[in-house]
Amino acid sequence: MSVSASEATGANPVAREKIMEVEGLFKHFPIHAGFFRRQVGAVKAVDGVSFDVLRGETLGLVGESGCGKSTTARLLLRLMEPTDGSIKFEGREIAGVKGNELKALRREMQMIFQDPYSSLNPRKTVGSIISDPFAIHGMHKDAGERKKAVQELMDIVGLNPEHYNRYPHEFSGGQRQRIGVARALALRPKVIVADEPVSALDVSIQAQVLNLLRDLQRELGLTLIFIAHDLSVVRHMCDRVAVMYLGRIVELATSDQLYSHPRMPYTGALMSAVPVADPRLAAAKKRQVLVGDVPSPTNPPPGCRFHTRCWKAQEVCRNEDPPLVAKDGGNLAACHFPLSDAEVLERVPSARNVNG
Amino acid sequence: MAAYIARRLLWAGFLLFVISCITFVIFSVLPAGDPAVARAGRSPSPELVEIIRVQLGLDKSKPEQFVNYIADILPFLGGNGINFGFSYQTNTDVLPEILERLPVTIFLTTGAVILWLAIGIPVGMLSAVKTGSWMDRLAMGVALLFISAPVYFLGLVAIFLFADDIGRFPILPGNSAYGDADSLLGRAEALIMPWCVLAAAFAAIYARFLRGNLIDTLQEDYIRTARAKGLSERRVVFRHGVRAAITPIVTLLGLDIGILLGGAILTETVFNIPGIGRYAFNAINLSDLPVIQGTVLFGAFFIVMMSLLVDILYAFIDPRVRY
Amino acid sequence: MAAPLLEVENLQVHFETEDGLVKAVDGISYTVDRGQTLGIVGESGSGKSVSSLTVMGLTRARNARITGTVRFDGKDLLGTSEEDMRQIRGNDIAMIFQDPLSSLHPFYKVGAQIAEGVQAHRDVSKAQAWDRAVEMLSLVGIPEPRKRADAYPHEFSGGMRQRAMIAMALANDPKLLIADEPTTALDVTVQAQILELIERLQSEFDTAVVVITHDLGVVAEMADEIAVMYAGRIVEKANTDTIFAAPEHPYTWGLLSSIPRLDAPRDEELVPIAGRPPSLINLPGGCSFHPRCPYVREAHTKVDPELKPVPGAPGHEVACLLDSSVRRKLWSELRSGVKPAEARSDVMEEAR
Repeated sequence: MSVSASEATGANPVAREKIMEVEGLFKHFPIHAGFFRRQVGAVKAVDGVSFDVLRGETLGLVGESGCGKSTTARLLLRLMEPTDGSIKFEGREIAGVKGNELKALRREMQMIFQDPYSSLNPRKTVGSIISDPFAIHGMHKDAGERKKAVQELMDIVGLNPEHYNRYPHEFSGGQRQRIGVARALALRPKVIVADEPVSALDVSIQAQVLNLLRDLQRELGLTLIFIAHDLSVVRHMCDRVAVMYLGRIVELATSDQLYSHPRMPYTGALMSAVPVADPRLAAAKKRQVLVGDVPSPTNPPPGCRFHTRCWKAQEVCRNEDPPLVAKDGGNLAACHFPLSDAEVLERVPSARNVNG
Repeated sequence: MAAYIARRLLWAGFLLFVISCITFVIFSVLPAGDPAVARAGRSPSPELVEIIRVQLGLDKSKPEQFVNYIADILPFLGGNGINFGFSYQTNTDVLPEILERLPVTIFLTTGAVILWLAIGIPVGMLSAVKTGSWMDRLAMGVALLFISAPVYFLGLVAIFLFADDIGRFPILPGNSAYGDADSLLGRAEALIMPWCVLAAAFAAIYARFLRGNLIDTLQEDYIRTARAKGLSERRVVFRHGVRAAITPIVTLLGLDIGILLGGAILTETVFNIPGIGRYAFNAINLSDLPVIQGTVLFGAFFIVMMSLLVDILYAFIDPRVRY
Repeated sequence: MAAPLLEVENLQVHFETEDGLVKAVDGISYTVDRGQTLGIVGESGSGKSVSSLTVMGLTRARNARITGTVRFDGKDLLGTSEEDMRQIRGNDIAMIFQDPLSSLHPFYKVGAQIAEGVQAHRDVSKAQAWDRAVEMLSLVGIPEPRKRADAYPHEFSGGMRQRAMIAMALANDPKLLIADEPTTALDVTVQAQILELIERLQSEFDTAVVVITHDLGVVAEMADEIAVMYAGRIVEKANTDTIFAAPEHPYTWGLLSSIPRLDAPRDEELVPIAGRPPSLINLPGGCSFHPRCPYVREAHTKVDPELKPVPGAPGHEVACLLDSSVRRKLWSELRSGVKPAEARSDVMEEAR
């Protein structure tokens, strides 16, 4: 399991340095019942996840609601304490840090939230929202200097610096998300986690924010962890993508590899389920409809967690938990019976591009 | 569910203990009139006061006094039966005195509750359905008036207007009529004015609360679904709207009943009704510590129990709630 | 040719507010034939939901001013009494909504909510209505339908709730189903299940469907015909193939090139539409898209374009002041990767 994803996939020509290393990460939310509130079970939101984040890359986390992708992100930022496991940031263990050390860590990592409407305090001006991180970390104590820094940030994210004194409600959804981006950038963090940053935005606005994030990431050399349920957006944004299912990473590969050669049947099903904005292709492709719902994370199925919904499942899938190992093509996948190229071609629209 | 109730009861017991500690501290440790002096009558000799002090156990240290007091509630701590202590003023056990007054307070509360629900709920519903109409505006204006008018003001106005002894329009039994009445009907008649006065503010609050709730509920997606199904507007409003909007009222009602059962102090005092509220009021005037503690504890008991009852009821009203 | 099932003509829905007249829907016309699927695509505030709620007679705000005609099965719906409209709702025209959790009543059992809709329109006993509810739940693929009918909405998963909503909508065999963002709140694999279910039931019962969405992928998979709405108007209308292969309105181009697609190369450049949708109170003069249009010309700020047939393309209508030949040239350049700014200078010079 400790095989580094970047080495295994082998598709990244520039050997990038690891900025974060996650090993055996768990987050279980206990469930209590009875008179003495004994713990009777746990929601296994993140259940044994290991991966690396490379400096300057955009790493995507995809999966359906409840797969643990947002929890994983919050654990990385230490907005939550992991139940078990190790998280290293620039070689330093951060899974257990507290107090001032944790506060210092916040300067290195920042988050952009989904809802640009509820994540901004409506009573504060944009200027004070963006400068909040300065106040918390005791930077730019001089008012004029702080204003200058804020206006610089506003300019970077494409907001008019003169709107420094306006309130969030005076901005549209897309602009508010820019405010959120500016706030996240204020402390010049090394890592930014964007949790569904465009899913609350209108279609025509989404592209503005996506382009902004991509440009900023390139210009500022940021490491971006990008969480989304929209597979097309993730493909567009990310260098590498991890697919999560029931608290585990079931497939991890470079974006090109993952979308042209998914190995894990779940990944294939996700991709075939995405509606394509091309009626001819939509008619031609085989829509792999998964039966049933995602099982409860309180009591995940034994063996391969996906076996209850997998059309390729066999006896071994019910009994043996497949490890996340390199399959042909270089993808790391946790699967006993990976997809064949023919199966992929039939179902996955993004495979056609590459294969002609 | 059983485990939940058991845990809540245990918590309730703890809460009541804390409340008795607090009342003890407020009324006995903090300086107030000396109950022994109050008991001794006019210009007593210091010797007499000292004798009374010993009789009442006031010569003991404060912690000792507290232990004695608790022992009167929890007899296994060495007291002589559950009696909530001994009144300084009337030389009687407190608990029987409270229980004797309880039916009066229950009678007053029940009548008022029925009255304010019967007025508040229909008015609130009508106002919500006809938002902005003259009816809505009138109802909400009147409601605001009643909410702003304190019971003692409204009570006195009512007495000056309608009491059969001093009123302008002497049509209803007035002050002190309850104590004089000898039949159930007579007592009920005596309570008409208190009922109305007590219910006025509550009816107004409930009407406004339900109106707001129902207006919000009628904006819900499931109301749109109900309309899209082609249900009649009546069914949409009552079966789908009111059903959801009225649930929070259960919480409000439970707590209000709990509070009133502990004694409607103002109403009982204004109309001179011999309930727990007036008993408590008199005790405060006379620094009768055991009675104050007894009535406070009793009131707290009702509030705690009603809120438990409400939470249990909720599991039946709202299928999403499970314990 | 038989008359269309639904015929909307010059429908206007305006709301009088303190800030001014909100022109939520400003003169739209479309038809839906039996068994056909119309996709209405637009962003929030484009009027796509309001227009459909108006068809259902559910635009209830007292400040709404509705004009135009809505003919359903030969009957004028806007002139129909509330009682007659009630009998059509849920019976001939049914609707499903975006968020199935908030669209189901939290306090009633799923079976009871479906049975209630049956009893509102059929003279059947409670038991018969309940049986119908169970039958519908099984039809939409809910396992153990008799047991699940007894459950409350919060005990269902998101996908199951939307299935239950569909069961409720189709319980009275409606002729028209309006689906307002039916899969937006759902995960992608569940979305695929629901889309497949709607398609299956549609072909089984020959129901006409109006699907309202912001997701071009959804309409590409479902619709026969597509109407693109912007600021209360239909700006382009054509069959599905044409909308994706040869769109002629700059807004449609903008939508198509601002979403990343799984079937395009990964490094494709997203071209966002500049600015944001206009306020419906102060619509820009002339073409309401002109402030965001890369190809705007002086005249476009003054003349309000009508939805007109595209020459040589039957059934394709566009509301754009550019010449059709210019539009085709611009689209082919955009498709070959030319940025709007560059395309503008070349083609526009020529057109001038």
